[in-house]
Amino acid sequence: MIDLDDSHKSLLDEITASSGIDFSSCLHCKTCANGCPFLEGMDYPPNGVIRLIQFGMEEEALKSSTIWVCVGCNTCSSSCPMAIDIPAIMDILRHKAIEKGVKIAEPDILNFHTEVLNTVKKYGRTHKLEIMMRYKLKTMDLLSDMGMGLKMLKKRKLDLTPSKIQDKKAIGKIFKKK
Amino acid sequence: MEKSLKRNDNTDQLERMKFSFFPGCSLKASGHENTLSLLKFCDKVNVDLIELEDWNCCGSSSAHSIDHMVSQNLPMRNISLAPKGIPLMIACPSCLIRMKSMYLKIKKDKNLQKEYEALWQKPFDDELEIIHFFEIFDRISLKDYIYDPKGKLKNIKVAPYYGCMLSMPPELRLEKNYYGVMEKTLSKLGADMISYGYGARCCGTYLSAAKPKLAEKVVNEIVSKAMEAGAECLVTSCAMCHLNLEIRCTLKNPIPVLHFSELLSMALGVQDQKKWFPRHIVDPVPLLQKRGLLT
Repeated sequence: MIDLDDSHKSLLDEITASSGIDFSSCLHCKTCANGCPFLEGMDYPPNGVIRLIQFGMEEEALKSSTIWVCVGCNTCSSSCPMAIDIPAIMDILRHKAIEKGVKIAEPDILNFHTEVLNTVKKYGRTHKLEIMMRYKLKTMDLLSDMGMGLKMLKKRKLDLTPSKIQDKKAIGKIFKKK
Repeated sequence: MEKSLKRNDNTDQLERMKFSFFPGCSLKASGHENTLSLLKFCDKVNVDLIELEDWNCCGSSSAHSIDHMVSQNLPMRNISLAPKGIPLMIACPSCLIRMKSMYLKIKKDKNLQKEYEALWQKPFDDELEIIHFFEIFDRISLKDYIYDPKGKLKNIKVAPYYGCMLSMPPELRLEKNYYGVMEKTLSKLGADMISYGYGARCCGTYLSAAKPKLAEKVVNEIVSKAMEAGAECLVTSCAMCHLNLEIRCTLKNPIPVLHFSELLSMALGVQDQKKWFPRHIVDPVPLLQKRGLLT
């Protein structure tokens, strides 16, 4: 257990309050880092992000690529000896990063998530072809992966028309801001 | 042997089970062959699946990543659509986690229950059972449906791939887990199960789109380790993993990747392969023919 003086507690307290996760209990055993399949795409290992928050280094934590590269596969949380829900921490940090308008370390990943939710907002379900086309336009990267896209179309892995839900009002309820 | 013969002849008399079924976006679209073979298999083992009417996306990785409220509302609506009194079956491990964690959260939190009821105008069903497709094997015995099960997938060397399915968030740690289901089931059908140490390594999910190089590395590692261990094919439990293992593998002559439901259906004598295999990027037909599983 690490005790911090009050000047360093803000983000840590906020996260603890909104999630109930007591991650001051992190032992820094690095089990999360050693098991993470995507460590090499991250600037800090998962426990490093926890360390930043423990030290009150909010800006560094919110600007890190780790919070975006983490896909939430739960490899870390299921082997964490303190049962810390690390992917849930990453979720909260992403939300905070968007809310505070800090520079996003992995804009492509955020763009991708935004496009996924755009199709869900329109149809109630995801539509892979539209997600990929809009994502490619937004990231100005139309040519890479073109061969893969065509192969997927040929194999009918990408439906041309979206599958939609009937109850359009329900989508409004789901996306309605409080 | 006589016993199994007798059982095998009487499958029509076994009681049919009924589940409502949440396919999710991946099974509905890119992994359509997963759905087709799953429906066939369930029908063969006397399980009726009724698609959840007007279901919506579970929120996938994107909702919980960037919009907390939407990530709660999407699974909530699906839960509100589930008919009372029959279990809700989900075949996508990721949809299962989203729906089950949300369900348990509402069950524990009276305020959330009120919110749910106000939003969806329905009382919260605190007896709803949410199960994964794998839990079907707790409720049926394949021996009831197959004569000579050991001979069905004989001589094929299969590497089971679960991806993140075996890793549960802390709130689901005490819930059902699915370790070894594919090994147990497929080895009972005669398959030679390969152990290779990478079966629970995440496939990369959406990094396949947003960070293809990173996904490629992970996928190549998984497929090559399976091949080094002597596997002739991989078998997946998730339609999204299936897609990633196929599209992000850049190895020369990779082994085919089959859906668990495809192998199961084949073992039960389903002849629908022409609808499934043309949708695969690595054609499994030559291998299956070589092993005498397809003519």
